[in-house]
Amino acid sequence: MSAPTELIGILSETGKVPKRRLPDLDGEAFVELYRDMVRIRVFDKRMLALQRQGRIGFYGPVKGQEATIVACARAVGSTDWIVPALREGAIAMMRGLPLEFAVAQLIGNDMDLCKGRQMPCHYTWSKGRYVAMSSVIGTQITHATGLAMAAKYSERDEVVLGFLGDGATSSNDFHSGLNFAAVYSAPVVFVCQNNQWSISVPFSQQTATETVAVKAKAYGMPARRVDGNDVLAVLDVVGRAVGRARGGDGPTLVEAVTYRQLGHSSSDDPTRYRDDAEVKAWLARDPIARYRKFLDVEGLWDDERDTEFVDEVDGEISRVVREAEAAPPLDPRTLTSDVFARTDPRLEEHFREEHP
Amino acid sequence: MTPMTLLEGIRDGLITEMNGDDRVLVFGEDVGRNGGVFRTTDGLQEMFGEKRCFDTPLSECGIIGAAIGMAVYGLRPVPEIQFQDFIFPAFDQIVSEAAKMRYRSGGEFTVPMVIRTPYGGGIRGGHYHSQSGEVHFTHTPGLKVVVPSTPADAKGLLISSIRDDDPVMFLEPKKIYRTLKGEVPEGEHAVPLGVGRIAREGTDCTVVAWGAMIEICEKAAEELQKSGKSIEIVDPRTLVPLDEKIILDSVKKTGRLVTVYEAPRTSGFGGEIAAIVAEKAIEYLEGPIVRVAGFDTPFPYALEGIYMPDVRRVVRGIEKTFTW
Repeated sequence: MSAPTELIGILSETGKVPKRRLPDLDGEAFVELYRDMVRIRVFDKRMLALQRQGRIGFYGPVKGQEATIVACARAVGSTDWIVPALREGAIAMMRGLPLEFAVAQLIGNDMDLCKGRQMPCHYTWSKGRYVAMSSVIGTQITHATGLAMAAKYSERDEVVLGFLGDGATSSNDFHSGLNFAAVYSAPVVFVCQNNQWSISVPFSQQTATETVAVKAKAYGMPARRVDGNDVLAVLDVVGRAVGRARGGDGPTLVEAVTYRQLGHSSSDDPTRYRDDAEVKAWLARDPIARYRKFLDVEGLWDDERDTEFVDEVDGEISRVVREAEAAPPLDPRTLTSDVFARTDPRLEEHFREEHP
Repeated sequence: MTPMTLLEGIRDGLITEMNGDDRVLVFGEDVGRNGGVFRTTDGLQEMFGEKRCFDTPLSECGIIGAAIGMAVYGLRPVPEIQFQDFIFPAFDQIVSEAAKMRYRSGGEFTVPMVIRTPYGGGIRGGHYHSQSGEVHFTHTPGLKVVVPSTPADAKGLLISSIRDDDPVMFLEPKKIYRTLKGEVPEGEHAVPLGVGRIAREGTDCTVVAWGAMIEICEKAAEELQKSGKSIEIVDPRTLVPLDEKIILDSVKKTGRLVTVYEAPRTSGFGGEIAAIVAEKAIEYLEGPIVRVAGFDTPFPYALEGIYMPDVRRVVRGIEKTFTW
């Protein structure tokens, strides 16, 4: 069992792919990966703008991490489970969460499936097996393990993708979640989006290990370290890890090395703690621009189609924002529902007294 | 009916549910081969196999985090935390995750799980094998909190807890695990959550207590009977949901209230019961409400007997409601 620290990549910086590494996909599938990434980027930009306009309270952008998000979503099937961290919301949308519901979640109105209970970007989508997350760092890691243990116990052919950031590798649940997963050989793939920053703390101050991947060795679990800005490489690496889990060979830790191009959230100013030079260097490795070069080389995409597609996505987002903003505010009575399956009569009485 | 200890009642409840529902899994530290450090799960691994009753690595946060994942999946996990004092590594999982999953997902995801854990003093366990942490959980909306005080209730409340669709903290009064015996119905026996019981009928003063304190209160009531005072003991059985009516009805009848609990007095659940009675039945009271509780100290080892409410202190507390 080894925990390689070698960075796995397929796409070169100029968009070239060695023939033997070219995934077995048809042209349309290659284009679809690109469309998925662009959709996320446009949505991200528009939602951040809504936040700046005061139309939503908060937003956690994912710019720069689209390749890992898209590749992971494409590496699993509809009966597999997604246990997200903060920057995987687009996977819920790729698994069918209607965009207007997603925008309503950011607003927190009657159309929001979470009924306005959580801050923006805390999506839920049970039909897509996308589990509602908390804001606590790392706690979802053990849930991913538990879901996988349950799938194994139930003898169903299901795999769990459990997400975390580099900061979460310091959490109790990282240790417990990986340890339990390995001990019970649970069908789970942990994907750590190492975007180099936990708000203002760099990866070098998060851990003294050189990589996230190396940590897997201590749990007796294989690991892969992949270029998280290379959609084809992530698809390949996560796809293999998912296959391994499905085949009964247990968990894998995947470290996707990427970069948070913007702040931690709309409330964060990253210029306070990181250098422009670093940001610029990573912008040059932007996952979408790089993959676009590949499509250009292969003759699968061009500027005209690009403009047309971005316009189409923009138009769709405008429509769903209108639709979500038109939804009514939450009925105050929903405050007391969903604490339990049946509302405690003492809570009902309290609410009636205060809001007759 | 079969005579059983409280511990055997719990085990019988587990067996009943494991027989009836293959979604029910029992796991935790030492619960498998060893049958639990108190032997509550003795023989379950042999009966149901290692897939349904198994040992875990020594991590409470791992046990509860994994159990939450299983519950979200659709199983009915019944994890054990060896002592309630060790639950705090899992506190984040219980408070931030299990308790809030239904609410935060608008009902899309739920955590039907029962966390069994021995709690309370009286076994010379010092700080870390004796505490009564019920208010940590009653103060967290989204958790049900169940405390049995008889073998039959131990079985019946556990069965209802496992069948419940929400996370339940099942606090087991370890002091009376083996000392308390009683008749337990065989097979199906579900005691509903949220329905208290009158442990002893009386007319002059209501004592509300739970878990191992019921036995102490019963002895105190016997003692007071000699001087002609008739004490009613109310066992709410479940602190959340709370059977407010049974408490208020009793106080309206007796005109007096004493709450008895092992936890430190300040912010204890007996204070909450006192507040409910003060808000809703103050006109019936003929004396002050009295709390007989643990001291606001860490739980002591050598001076356990000084810390814990005992018959003398309960008698004294009740008398205060008559003489003030």
